[in-house]
Amino acid sequence: MAPRIATSAADAVAQITDGSTVLIGGFGNAGQPMELIDALMQCGATDLTVVNNNAGQADAGLALLIKERRVKKIICSFPRQSDSWHFDEAYRAGEIELELVPQGNLAERIRAAGAGIGGFFTPTGYGTLLAEGKETRIIDGRGYVLESPIHADFALIKALRADTHGNLVYRKTARNFGPIMATAAAQAIVQVDEVVPVGGIDPENVITPGIYVDTVVALGGSN
Amino acid sequence: MTTYTPEKLTRDEMAQQVAADIPAGAFVNLGIGQPTNVSNFLTADQGVTLHTENGMLGMGPVATGEDIDEDLINAGKIPVTELPGASFFHHADSFAMMRGGHLDVCVLGAFQISEAGDLANWHTGAEGAIPAVGGAMDLAIGAKQTWVMMSLFTKAGESKLVKELSYPVTGLGCVSRIYTESAVFELRDSTVFVRSTHGISFEDLASRIPVALERA
Repeated sequence: MAPRIATSAADAVAQITDGSTVLIGGFGNAGQPMELIDALMQCGATDLTVVNNNAGQADAGLALLIKERRVKKIICSFPRQSDSWHFDEAYRAGEIELELVPQGNLAERIRAAGAGIGGFFTPTGYGTLLAEGKETRIIDGRGYVLESPIHADFALIKALRADTHGNLVYRKTARNFGPIMATAAAQAIVQVDEVVPVGGIDPENVITPGIYVDTVVALGGSN
Repeated sequence: MTTYTPEKLTRDEMAQQVAADIPAGAFVNLGIGQPTNVSNFLTADQGVTLHTENGMLGMGPVATGEDIDEDLINAGKIPVTELPGASFFHHADSFAMMRGGHLDVCVLGAFQISEAGDLANWHTGAEGAIPAVGGAMDLAIGAKQTWVMMSLFTKAGESKLVKELSYPVTGLGCVSRIYTESAVFELRDSTVFVRSTHGISFEDLASRIPVALERA
């Protein structure tokens, strides 16, 4: 089924309810779907579990969701940054749960969810604090840790362009988590600069096939 | 043969040595901090391709002026440039590339390294510190060779090359070479070899490092 073309960022995120698990794309600000996050803020959903590489920067986007205590748990690889003051405060106050995951394991756990994989053994993290309590196995003399997929109710993603079938292309390193997050959520919501008619994207260049995309909103060119 | 120079290596000289040791044509990931400086000493004829774990091969120098593009950044979130032949890919591919052993060399910073090549560089373990790991654990164990650049001694004068780590582990048995201001070490065959010393004799070095050292 072709994706719904939403009329605004608010319309795109209207279905997100309290207690949802939300994958949010972006690495730092590159690929962060800022307008969708702002709309999520406005829509009032709370008690969220958020998956992102970081835990918000400065006073925008994810950082504000955390500031307003709308995020009960964050799954990320790198929460502490020079400008992560809202996360730092919430964490020190014991008002947000942190699940810290090595970046490659985070990506693979998201990929696994979208690919129907029930778990995988990875060498990353073996013998470290982040593997404590997890099943391990020695395979061909090397230590591995069992990691589980990260499924989500929603993904919020920023891409460069969509066609009306939901096929996506991204821009440079803003691609980062977008393609895998689109596969791992029950509902993938994508903000793009523009939506073009079918045929407007060369099939050879499609990065995320439209099958994964549920809602698209065009917000005009940022570049 | 362990070589000797009378002066300690500067940070630039350390970066220059690392750059000179990177094999021609290698795919390389340079960690945040001192390792990033290595790129300034790679020569065009080396044909080295830089990987950044946020999804790019063929990364060019830091972007300035009109070249700054917020969609084109490195793992330290600094705007960079792309070189001809560059490619972009998503995070799972980027880390599969690393974990799958396709990168030749990864250069990282460290808090401590054990004689077995165990690396600590992600967390001081200090009370109240907010932990953040990023790609450190993936980088440590992913590349064919993991090299470290660090100062050899803490401010209190203690060796960061130790028998066993006291800081939390990043990766076990992964480091094969250590570049410091005072010496360059090669870890192989369960032995720590000293390739060179700088501003310190092999004997004095051996007296300050709590692990058995062999001349290279």
